[in-house]
Amino acid sequence: MLRLESLTKRYLTGDLALADVSFEIPAGQVVGLIGPSGAGKSTLIRCVNRLVEPTSGRIWLGDLELTRLGRRGLRRARRRMGMIFQEYALVERLTVMENLLSGRLGYVSFWSSLIRRFPPADIENAFRLLDRVGLTEQADKRADALSGGQRQRVGIARALAQEPEILLVDEPTASLDPKTSRQIMRLLREVCAERGLAAVVNIHDVVLAREFMMRIVGLRAGAIVYDGGPDGLTPAVLTEIYGEEDWTASSDLSDTGPSARPVVPGADELVGAL
Amino acid sequence: MAIRQTPDGPIWRKRTTPQSLALWFGWLLLVLLFVLAWEAMTRNQIWAFVWDAPEQAADLFGRMVPPRWSYMDQLWVPLWDTINIATLGTLLAIVLAVPVAFLAARNTTPSPLLVRPIAIFIIVGSRSVNALIWALLLVAILGPGLLAGIIAIALRSIGFIGKLLYEAIEEIDPRQVEAIRATGAGPAQVLDFGIVPQIMPAFAGITLFRWDINIRESTVLGLVGAGGIGLQLKSSVDSLAWPQVTLIFIAILATVILSEWVSARVRAALI
Repeated sequence: MLRLESLTKRYLTGDLALADVSFEIPAGQVVGLIGPSGAGKSTLIRCVNRLVEPTSGRIWLGDLELTRLGRRGLRRARRRMGMIFQEYALVERLTVMENLLSGRLGYVSFWSSLIRRFPPADIENAFRLLDRVGLTEQADKRADALSGGQRQRVGIARALAQEPEILLVDEPTASLDPKTSRQIMRLLREVCAERGLAAVVNIHDVVLAREFMMRIVGLRAGAIVYDGGPDGLTPAVLTEIYGEEDWTASSDLSDTGPSARPVVPGADELVGAL
Repeated sequence: MAIRQTPDGPIWRKRTTPQSLALWFGWLLLVLLFVLAWEAMTRNQIWAFVWDAPEQAADLFGRMVPPRWSYMDQLWVPLWDTINIATLGTLLAIVLAVPVAFLAARNTTPSPLLVRPIAIFIIVGSRSVNALIWALLLVAILGPGLLAGIIAIALRSIGFIGKLLYEAIEEIDPRQVEAIRATGAGPAQVLDFGIVPQIMPAFAGITLFRWDINIRESTVLGLVGAGGIGLQLKSSVDSLAWPQVTLIFIAILATVILSEWVSARVRAALI
């Protein structure tokens, strides 16, 4: 489904964000990308839809080589990849419905989108998605009137409105409380299962990653240091990814109720420990 | 920052002693400069005129009241012209300034090295000339009348609206734009969905504020023949018809208050 081959990204500042990263994701697999801040997680998923241009390496979506596309081809390919963002990245002053329909922009002409005339099928589908994420009542509210969890649901619905084949998810729970975080992760897993979507999910909450991901890829300083099942995240592996820390305290808590946030050190603190 | 170690522990002051002395010296120089400049400015002043200023003012005021209310009949048309000059000039300025702002903003300009400097130059050029001076030039080119006034207002406003709008464009949240790009939207759609909603409040505020300013500016354009109530003001002053001047002042004041009220209402409705 998605294949990365020797993906490398060096920013103009000289920072090497990704160093020779290769892996493959089969259809329907939900992969968690973990690693400390600055490990290259965000860069990696932005290289896939080329919001960030890779320095070298190749990326395939199915049979399509994304890294060779021109502007038009890239826009068409982006329709097949839904992206969900850390701080929701909704257009704050547009309504929930407009935000949802913005997921259809790749399919409609500029003039129809300018006068907000979307095909009836798109609007029907948008209502279905709103119902799916539980926001039917909010359709006509402005995005900035919603709570964090509601906004992220709109973000998910917007990505699904594209009818994507894969979701690129960047820290979906970073600005949410523990309970909402779990609800959002559960929703993500469910919609991926319903639609057979693959997903790459950047996440720094190891406990959430363990619980909701099928497979974990650990990044450290732009290189893959772990690739395997969530069960394989032993303290030794976590130390390999994040650096020295007492990991047993967090793994003991991983089975507590939904409202108790397990004590996992934030990625920011961990960078210092590296 | 000055932290000094003493046996009793560190002492903190905002500035070191040399820094404080330098600051005092700077203030001293400023005061000296002010005194010298005052000296130079008032060298040619005829003080006798200043000493009897209160009497002169009282005398003028005495001739200015009561206002000649009947003159109002002749003011309605120029007053309406004045408002039209301001409004049409602002609209014309919007049409021209919006594209310039997008070309000037760092995050939307098509070419930072070629197009952006040109757009910035247009903005600076427009801002550096007062509307009255634009009107002076345009009356010479187009002849006296409303058209010269409208274009003068527009030329001056392009820079104002363009500058404030491009600053607003540069301050937008890039994540919202990124999210729209990620859906596969084309550049025009990114503009429409990602950028325009974010700058709408700033745009409404800026243009209303400029319209407000333009009402005031267009009241004086008539002084140089560019239409509006300024023409009546000039002829009344020239013919020493002080009660008429008073009435014109009152009319301008009322118009400005009205425009202030209108723009406050519109702004509240839009944001």
